[in-house]
Amino acid sequence: MTFFKQAGAIFWKDVLTEFRTKDALTSMLLFGLLVILMFHFAFDQADSLQMDHYGPGLLWITFVFAGLLGMNRAFAGERENDSLQALKLAPLSWGAIYLGKMLANLVFMLVAESVILSCFAVFFDFDLLPRLGRMCGITLLGTLGFASIGTILAAISMNTRMSEVMLPLLLLPITLPLVIGAVNSTAAIFTDPPGEFLGFWVKFLVVFNIIFVTLPLLLFDYVLEE
Amino acid sequence: MAGAPVVRLEKVEKWFGRTSALRGVNLSIQPGEFVVFLGRNGAGKSTLLRVVARLVRPNSGYVEVCGVDVLRHPEAGREKLGFVAHSSYLYRNLTAFENLQFFARLYSLSDAEERINRGLRWVGLEKSAQRPIHGFSRGMQQRLSIARATLHDPEVLLLDEPFSGLDLEASELLREWLQSFVAHGKTVLMATHDLEQGLQGARRWAFVDQGKIAEELTGTDADIRDEYKKFLKEKRRDVL
Repeated sequence: MTFFKQAGAIFWKDVLTEFRTKDALTSMLLFGLLVILMFHFAFDQADSLQMDHYGPGLLWITFVFAGLLGMNRAFAGERENDSLQALKLAPLSWGAIYLGKMLANLVFMLVAESVILSCFAVFFDFDLLPRLGRMCGITLLGTLGFASIGTILAAISMNTRMSEVMLPLLLLPITLPLVIGAVNSTAAIFTDPPGEFLGFWVKFLVVFNIIFVTLPLLLFDYVLEE
Repeated sequence: MAGAPVVRLEKVEKWFGRTSALRGVNLSIQPGEFVVFLGRNGAGKSTLLRVVARLVRPNSGYVEVCGVDVLRHPEAGREKLGFVAHSSYLYRNLTAFENLQFFARLYSLSDAEERINRGLRWVGLEKSAQRPIHGFSRGMQQRLSIARATLHDPEVLLLDEPFSGLDLEASELLREWLQSFVAHGKTVLMATHDLEQGLQGARRWAFVDQGKIAEELTGTDADIRDEYKKFLKEKRRDVL
């Protein structure tokens, strides 16, 4: 129970800090909206078949690259005044640091994605409402996996030279299966009725999340170890 | 006869790649001692404190704090420790109160609010409690850092170059606080390269060089000053 309370304290601290600075959210939102706007002009809006085909990919590319900006900020607050050392000095399992920060990153990404998704629906004349429940579920699954891998890799790359370049180099290849799963699940709900492979891809995302949320919890002590 | 040591290190070795930071360090510190580690930059003083706090895992050896094997049970060991460094380890966008409240939650303190208010009063920041600390001077941040490090009433306080960047008044206050900490039977371990800062209040000194405790001394300020100067001169001669 103490573990979750300590993770909750770290989550609270990150959310409060973000609420005051708006560093991660502003960069994710602005970037996401600009990308959606560019795609809007790059693709033919009249062709709905083209939208069914490319839409899920465009949406997840936007989510992933906006999320990368957020992940780059994940440990920025801990570098100022070297405060990560104070977290490491507290009598807690360092897995609680991971969990608290991962949940904060997840919330920031979901907030940004909800705005990006709404803009996507407006710009691409996409009827989101009938699919909203399924879309939220898939977005949550895809983002959870991305936030969990992103948080541990942000911690690994934090002390490397050119960490802002290192993070995407590590994160994008590892999250590729997750993105494939998320794009295919989204593609299945873009069609009416939903595609026959929806169940398979959702199960794939669930299994991926179980593995990649649990592993960093177990490995985070070694990541922070000097 | 001496009682059980509050900090004990046996044959502690630490390597960073091919560089040896600590080479077979043995140390035993009794409760209520104020020990200062003196040495040049890169001598291994900070690594020694970080090993005691288990921020750094030694390659070999044994480290015990208040009877707890910190290599096996780092969380239980850290509960007994407070750490003040040159950096404040605080969050600049949180207020002084929120910073302490956050650390109180990490330490699962039941009477958090009372301790926070007492801590803020103790370091003279009760009037600035609701201000974000990015507006604080270096001295104010260091005072809050002491309140953070002592919030959970640790048995051992570790200080790594705590005086650097502090003005005269803030240094005096820090010295007074350290004295009162020791007067309450707590233990202080401080690493510094500044002999004058290291002389005041301490009762035992250890000269650290190339990852080893080269000399341990007790005595008057004048003795230590002479010995340390002699020690540095010898080291300079070794280098030449």
